Amino acid sequence: MDLSMRWLADYVDCKCDIKTFCDALTLSGSKVECHTEEGDYLSNVVVGHVVDIVPHPNSDHMFICQIDVGEGEPVQIVTGAQNVHKGDYVPAAKHKSTVLHEGKQVKITKGKLRGEASNGMLCSLEELGLTTHDFPYAIEDGIFILGDDCDKTVGKDIREAIGFNDKIVEFEITSNRPDCMSVIGLAKEAAATFNIPANIKEPTFKGIDGDINEIMSVEIHDPDLCPRYMGGYVKNVKIGPSPRWLRERLRASGVRPINNFVDITNFVMLEYGQPMHAFDLRYVKGAKINIRRAKAGETITTLDGQERTLSEEMLVIADEEKPVAVAGVMGGEYSGIMDDTTAVVFESACFDGASVRTTAKKLGMRTDASARFEKGLDAGNTYPALMRAFELVEMLGCGEVVRTYIDCYPGKKERVGVTYDPAWINGFLGTDIPEAEMTEYLTRLEFRIENGKAYAPYYRIDIENKADLAEEVARLYGYNKIPDTIIRGVAEAKLTRKQRFDRTISEAVRGLGLNEITTFSFISPKYFDKIRLPEDSKLRNTVVISNPLGEDTSVMRTTLLPSVMEVLSRNRKVRNNECYAFELANEYIPVEGEVLPIEPERLCIGMYDAAGKIDFFTVKGIIEQLLDRCGAPAYEVSRPAEDTVFGEVSAFHPGRVAVITAEGREVAIFGELHPETLENYGLDCRAYAAKVNVPELMELCTEQKTYKPLPKFPAVTRDLSLTCDDELAAAVIESTIRSAAGSLLEAVNLFDIYKGKQIAEGKKSLSYSLTLRSHEGTLTVEQADKVMDKVIKALAEKGAEIRS
Amino acid sequence: MKEKLKAIEAAAREKLAKAADLKELDEIRVEYLGKKGAITSILKQMGGLSPEERPVIGQLANSVRADIDEMLRSAQNAIKTKAAAKKLEAERIDVTLPGKSHRLGKAHPLNATLAEVEEVFLGMGFDIVEGPEVETDHYCFEALNMPKHHPARDTQDTFYINENVLLRTQTSSVQIRTMEKMKPPIRIISPGAVYRSDAVDATHSPIFHQIEGLVIDKGITMADLKGTLEMLLKRLYGEETQLRFRPHHFPYTEPSAEVDLMCFNCHGKGCSMCKQEGYVELLGAGMVHPKVLSECGIDPEVYSGFAFGIGLERITMGRYNINDMRLLYENDMRFLNQF
Repeated sequence: MDLSMRWLADYVDCKCDIKTFCDALTLSGSKVECHTEEGDYLSNVVVGHVVDIVPHPNSDHMFICQIDVGEGEPVQIVTGAQNVHKGDYVPAAKHKSTVLHEGKQVKITKGKLRGEASNGMLCSLEELGLTTHDFPYAIEDGIFILGDDCDKTVGKDIREAIGFNDKIVEFEITSNRPDCMSVIGLAKEAAATFNIPANIKEPTFKGIDGDINEIMSVEIHDPDLCPRYMGGYVKNVKIGPSPRWLRERLRASGVRPINNFVDITNFVMLEYGQPMHAFDLRYVKGAKINIRRAKAGETITTLDGQERTLSEEMLVIADEEKPVAVAGVMGGEYSGIMDDTTAVVFESACFDGASVRTTAKKLGMRTDASARFEKGLDAGNTYPALMRAFELVEMLGCGEVVRTYIDCYPGKKERVGVTYDPAWINGFLGTDIPEAEMTEYLTRLEFRIENGKAYAPYYRIDIENKADLAEEVARLYGYNKIPDTIIRGVAEAKLTRKQRFDRTISEAVRGLGLNEITTFSFISPKYFDKIRLPEDSKLRNTVVISNPLGEDTSVMRTTLLPSVMEVLSRNRKVRNNECYAFELANEYIPVEGEVLPIEPERLCIGMYDAAGKIDFFTVKGIIEQLLDRCGAPAYEVSRPAEDTVFGEVSAFHPGRVAVITAEGREVAIFGELHPETLENYGLDCRAYAAKVNVPELMELCTEQKTYKPLPKFPAVTRDLSLTCDDELAAAVIESTIRSAAGSLLEAVNLFDIYKGKQIAEGKKSLSYSLTLRSHEGTLTVEQADKVMDKVIKALAEKGAEIRS
Repeated sequence: MKEKLKAIEAAAREKLAKAADLKELDEIRVEYLGKKGAITSILKQMGGLSPEERPVIGQLANSVRADIDEMLRSAQNAIKTKAAAKKLEAERIDVTLPGKSHRLGKAHPLNATLAEVEEVFLGMGFDIVEGPEVETDHYCFEALNMPKHHPARDTQDTFYINENVLLRTQTSSVQIRTMEKMKPPIRIISPGAVYRSDAVDATHSPIFHQIEGLVIDKGITMADLKGTLEMLLKRLYGEETQLRFRPHHFPYTEPSAEVDLMCFNCHGKGCSMCKQEGYVELLGAGMVHPKVLSECGIDPEVYSGFAFGIGLERITMGRYNINDMRLLYENDMRFLNQF
């Protein structure tokens, strides 16, 4: 809402500078966005009087003017305009002035034009930043010749002389206060804020005799959508431009002046916050106005020339046959005011907010009127608005108002009071404001206090309960005067197991050298192809956004992997030589028959190092360390099965991927990425990834750590070298060693793998170091030998032979 | 014999003074103190002495042995010290060479900031509660006093899955879920991702993060709300932090407030950093609307409460002087490594 300070001054005199005004209104609840001044880009432009004008000796289209700018001697200015005559009053930009040129501020200095001195410039409307809407008598491409509605004092600042110096304050009006989307509403707020009177009089008009009912009739068919409809009639209408004071108030409010009747409706809307509509009764067939729901498929061509198809939930203003306006949104093309209009109907009505909102949205035309109606205006406002329109017609002398008017008011409501309990308000706010002071605040805001109840003025649609009253009191008392206190009582807060687990994971993974990333949780469905998901992958079943910003962000991710891959890709694109990243975030999995998807938390790791410093076992090491830190139970590392729970398996190198299974549940997958995946993401080096199902893992882990006594007796270390088939997995050998060695085995460590010379083709050699220890006494050689014999025998059964 | 012993001692002293390493010292030791050494051979000749001379010479021989032994030891120490010093000297390195890097991952700046905010609230007795991001219209809007067609919905451009399901535009939905489940007293914060259909630019993102707080109990006042936020923001921004509360409107709170932070640059006078306002808008807050309480089965005649919502991006960007929100989601390692 742009407020003209000149207009505001018609009603209140705040007696303060603009900054104080803005701060005070902001703190009492009407937030000021900014304030500006009209024509502030103009400087040193004054009213000039053309005392002489002669043709330029060296040009067939230029003139040399002698302009009196109030400085004694006239100044010589050359102009190319053809519409300047001796005796005219013109805007003269003097030497070292600024004006507008093609929308930008430019500096004017003296110079020579074809040999003749020119000490400035005569200005057109455009160079002042105005149009012929602001001064209808001016011509478009010529110098602006000041009319009688301007101050012609020679040398006077042009902005002052033509009334182009209003200050404008832009307010952010919240949706609960449509009454403040008006000059009167803000005048009342300003008056209450500064505790000064608001000089607002009820509009009055004389009118002429005549019975409105003989001229037109109104019927509300759907009172649920139209609680009140007022109509008035003006005859002997003279369409023409509005006077300057009215035009400049519209301009300052961001509305373009059109003609007196259209201007009056806009003026009243801006002043009272009540949208008005003026139409030519000639085009209302049968002079009967019906307010009804549209018929399905009915069409209307609106004022903007577009044909629109209506549907049954929309409310229209119709004559006997057809809609002439979409109620509260826009008038029809043929019902508007024409130059030859002689009789005008003013409509001042109230329409249901939700209905107007839905209609405007469906038709895709949000107008000044609909923006006000949709917030839910009070029907009480239609009366003063219509009276003000009548008053303005008489002030402008542009028609004769028929004294009687139509007022259909099926939706009249009793005003209900709100319990006014000053003690409760103080208790709620934490303040100690005396009752008299509270009452005074409410009275300033035009509340009526009666029998323990507060009655809000009709335009305050937002006052419904005690808390609303508390806010009224608080905002005039001053939010910043309310004390700052500490909440009473003690509360104990602690992290949940999940929150602790998340922190553990995040800290561990960071400690292992990975940077935490944050990515968007919606992705493109095409990303599934990039990670090579099969067509029938369950991960392709997504939560789809019906109104996405673009395809790239149109489905909720069912796997974190593509998000992490995008990060690897982007880092490689900017030539980062390494990227170690992880994200701990949600996936969104639709569940058949459920309204909402599930949102399981996942850890996803992605990394590459162009220098080749990492491999499969780096990522495996990270996962192992993480599991250890999390307190995971014993687990198995194996190649993923056909039916692995990790649909992302297709993104990995088939020979270099593994899953972690603990207590029968797969909790993690990790490995090297498939060359095609790398290619799809423009990665020119090997990259690795892992995904951990966090809640599943948490269920298996224990936070409990128990101390085991340190060993009292020395350990015996035995090394073991064996050869076996290449295909025999290290994990099998290790588990064979463990089960054969039994409880005396403390640790087993693979320290060498060898293939090549001295080892047969298809075989490998593995060397282990076994640590044996007893907690009962020092192990004897015999005891150790016995264990080793068992191990060797068991290994032999698996096809692993001891190398001598 | 006396003279002999004296001569032995003098000779040993001379040799020791010349000895350069431990091996030479050992040779000297054997020569004089060994089983076949000079002292031993003297002692062996003791039998030929008179009973009067014997103890005198014996004593002298022992004293000479002790002296040589002592000399040996100190020579040994001197040589060791010298060798050690030489070794240390040889091992001198250029300490300005770069360190061997151990990779240490960094927390994302958003999460680092969140962790700090959470810590403040845990200290004030607030539990941390999470909830779904894909949410029903009921929890995101209706229960928050924003029925269908409510004009305030306009300010929260929403991504819809279908008519009834959407991506939450605020984490207040979690507060509703909490109020339905828990009875007062309630003290929670609900951090998390929220969604609004804004195109990506330096100050907008279709996904951003909020931390919303909720306190419900008997006798909770607006002054408590002010005190709580004052404490939080002073912890986050320092003791000199100055706040400004001004009236605003949210459908789910009444009274509602927006809280501004006095511009650190100009201290409220107005400058280019705060767009001449002197204050920077920081968060929204208010007393929980009685309708919202009733909707969740909490009697507004008995209980009252406050709620607030902070944008995590805004605080984070302010803390680290980040001028473009996109940096937070691009995850360039050169950016992340800075935190």
